[in-house]
Amino acid sequence: MLAQATSIVDSTFSNFWLVLIVKAAVVVGFFLVAPMMVGYAEHKTLAHMQSRLGPMEAGKFHGWAQLVADGVKFIQKEDIIPKAADPVVFTMAPAVAMIPYIVLFVVIPFGPTIWALNLDVGVFFALAITGVSVIGVLMAGWASANKFSLIGAIRAAAQLIAYELPLILATAAIVMQVGSMSMVDIVEAQGEPLFTGLGDILPAWNIFYPWQALGFIIFMTAALAELTRPPFDMPVADSEIIFGAYTEYTGLKFAFFLLAEYGGIVALSALASILYLGGYEGIAGIPIPPPIWMLAKIGALSFFIIWLRATYPRLREDQLQRFAWVVLIPLALALVLVTAVIKVL
Amino acid sequence: MTDETNGRPEGDGGSSFKPGFGLLKGLGVTLKHALKPAITQQYPHEKPDLPPRTRGVIALKEANCTVCYMCSRECPDWCIYIDAHKESHEPASGGKSRSVKILDKFDIDFALCMYCGICVEVCPFDALFWSPEFEYAEYEIAGLYHDKEKLEEWTTGVLPPPALEEGAEPEPEPEVDEHGGAEASAAPIPSVSAPVIVAAPASAPAPPTALAPEAAAVPPPASAPAPHVEPDQETHDRVLAEELAKGTDARVAEGKAKRAAMMAARKKAGL
Repeated sequence: MLAQATSIVDSTFSNFWLVLIVKAAVVVGFFLVAPMMVGYAEHKTLAHMQSRLGPMEAGKFHGWAQLVADGVKFIQKEDIIPKAADPVVFTMAPAVAMIPYIVLFVVIPFGPTIWALNLDVGVFFALAITGVSVIGVLMAGWASANKFSLIGAIRAAAQLIAYELPLILATAAIVMQVGSMSMVDIVEAQGEPLFTGLGDILPAWNIFYPWQALGFIIFMTAALAELTRPPFDMPVADSEIIFGAYTEYTGLKFAFFLLAEYGGIVALSALASILYLGGYEGIAGIPIPPPIWMLAKIGALSFFIIWLRATYPRLREDQLQRFAWVVLIPLALALVLVTAVIKVL
Repeated sequence: MTDETNGRPEGDGGSSFKPGFGLLKGLGVTLKHALKPAITQQYPHEKPDLPPRTRGVIALKEANCTVCYMCSRECPDWCIYIDAHKESHEPASGGKSRSVKILDKFDIDFALCMYCGICVEVCPFDALFWSPEFEYAEYEIAGLYHDKEKLEEWTTGVLPPPALEEGAEPEPEPEVDEHGGAEASAAPIPSVSAPVIVAAPASAPAPPTALAPEAAAVPPPASAPAPHVEPDQETHDRVLAEELAKGTDARVAEGKAKRAAMMAARKKAGL
């Protein structure tokens, strides 16, 4: 196990506080930049999939500065708190929804020595922290004193309960196979060639094991539901409940929820890359530095999530629940069973 | 995924159920569209590709107007303002003087206009037309009030009327009268290339071409209308071939070709 490796920040600076500040700055910086890029990619991808061009004016070149302009607009908006709302909870909710996704990036490794924290229980930490985000949504829904907000929040919570289970079970199968909860260990375990003697081209990424490929599908489905992204976006179903828990939010608070959503896409894409696509490990023979591999995988998975939004209509609430409990959870349990049997054999 | 039929591809009779096939097909459709060029026209940067007979604005061919007030009376919004006075004109060949109505004012308030086109429909002498011009937005609502000089400008770009259908009664030849159009009121108005009918000076004898006879009696308007030009056949054929090659509908292609031909001819004539 390589859990004793030190990160590049630790080996460069020796002062504890300096290391802390640098790490925090890098993590927050990444969190602010990456979701903006995913958001812009979503604008453009959706547009082109609908034979449109999307933003073309802001920043002159293909509207690259559209989200910057949006951010400026959000700052200028009036900050409205409904009269009946609970102002304290209402104000705290966006932060509670957003911070877990920032914290999640602390344990994501971007290279053999590029990470903020290599926790022994990294995967456990990541899954636990993503679950906190829904509390922010619940707070928002309850504090808004609006029936649509409340229904949206309850839907989000019910969805999280239903889909957290297959998410955790699929992850558990990976943890069992690798034998470690450390993100760095899981990535390093996928660095070897899958078959020795066949040119050593195919790396031992978990997705190349047939049963873990099923796990990947379960994980991505559950991740979509956890992010409340289409086709699992009933908590914000605008044709039924306006915008769910975010109905009463304006300006910067609303922007924080959006940031949490796109940050969540990046976070769960990163998690899926680490668990299934070999994280920063590349394919042998292609000279690309590890962080670029990691970013490319995150980008590809984010694109996939956007692609699904462009393609599928929203499911009904009961279909969503039924799909989780009747299909995904039994499948995930079977996956754990199969993984355990193969591990022992 | 509530029941067993969900997710099945439709139309294959259900005999060959391929799980997830419909989902993949959907992804294929969106990807295919993403790879095709977008159909967006970047409007202020590039001009929109409008049909040649787009109803953008109402244009006035003043020479054809007989001040009959039908348009202003039929207008549901009362947005057409007409003023005129009578003048007596001596025919060049002598004889009884004729009273002629002279158009002093023909304004349309496009802030009121609802673009119903009733005025264009009702005009008995083809003086009002739909013009494809549409870029006349204003910062102040008063700016949408346009006079007859502005309406005249918009007649450029108006297509000649479509050809008569096959088997239709041929258009009657206008009776050219040597006596300065004494029978003008009885003669039907030729509508071929109506927007470019020329108004001859009142004193000149009627030209031998197929002009509207009553035109001889009408004095030239303040802004001289564009003289008659024949459409440029070469341009017509080229544009028509281009449009048909692009797969444009034959009717639309024909219209576009006609418009291009007229534009080219006017350009050639130095207008």
